[in-house]
Amino acid sequence: MNLTVNGKPASIAEENPVPVSQLLELLRVEQREYVTVELNGDILDRGDFDGATVKDGDNVEFLYFMGGGR
Amino acid sequence: MKLSEEQITRYSRHILLKEVGGKGQKKLLEGRVLIIGAGGLGSPIALYLAAAGVGTIGIADADEVDLSNLQRQVIHTTPDVGKAKVLSAKETMLAINPELTVNTYETWVSAENIAGMIADYDFIIDGTDNFAAKFLINDACVLAGKPYSHGGILQFDGQTMTIKPGESPCYRCIFPEPPPKDVIPTCSRAGVIGVLPGVLGTLQATEAIKYLLGAGDLLTGRLLTYNALRMRFREIPVKKSAKCPICGDHPTITELKDELEAMTVCDLGH
Repeated sequence: MNLTVNGKPASIAEENPVPVSQLLELLRVEQREYVTVELNGDILDRGDFDGATVKDGDNVEFLYFMGGGR
Repeated sequence: MKLSEEQITRYSRHILLKEVGGKGQKKLLEGRVLIIGAGGLGSPIALYLAAAGVGTIGIADADEVDLSNLQRQVIHTTPDVGKAKVLSAKETMLAINPELTVNTYETWVSAENIAGMIADYDFIIDGTDNFAAKFLINDACVLAGKPYSHGGILQFDGQTMTIKPGESPCYRCIFPEPPPKDVIPTCSRAGVIGVLPGVLGTLQATEAIKYLLGAGDLLTGRLLTYNALRMRFREIPVKKSAKCPICGDHPTITELKDELEAMTVCDLGH
């Protein structure tokens, strides 16, 4: 399926909807335990990563903590 | 208040702008902005707000200037090493613009002192380097209904968003809880390219100025991210979260507390 990930086209071998937790593994997302996932504009609950699925055409953003400032 | 001849000259390039004009410049002179952190982000913020004639600027930081700060904390100079950052910053700000009132707070923000500190200001800017402070600033500003600018930097990346409590998503709408300690590289351990806080801090200062002027569109409901290596800006639309622990439909955070777990991430400074 084809997705938009962080603003760029991306594709994964799966054709059927996959849980977000699996997507994180497939895309080798860094800091999986702490990343915030936005799916089609909605921020997902961390507890929903297994339940929520991505399907062809979805828009996914991975948002990271940025703690610096000095 | 009438602008003096000297003020008309000093702020002439502002006054020429139809979005500012004499009226807008007076708004800036009557404006009150609190900058939390006098470091990488705080430096350009304080320099530009002082130059712009924001009449009352508060600056909070408990740290002293260290030689390793000077690669990016451009408000401090080599002779300032060892000096309290807020004093060093105040001297530079007043050297640029002697007519300002600069209030210094030589302290770290905490659940005890932050509400009193922000109460006197129109707009707050987060220029801190640890999650405890970033979440505390968010919570204090949301509870007090104070607009503020979030800013974060790391290595070559930065992010910023403006929060208008009640109207736009807050930091916790995106990141409900701080990360556990010791898992996210921050500040002194991970490094930062010196020009990065210049970019992000200047964006944050721009938001404060626009807020005071009531001009343009604020960076609300959009997380702006910047990568200096790829020289790419991105805007990620974010929505207010109904489940947000502080500004959602059923908030679980109703009073300020220090995020002790996150507090040690940077040992608040060193």
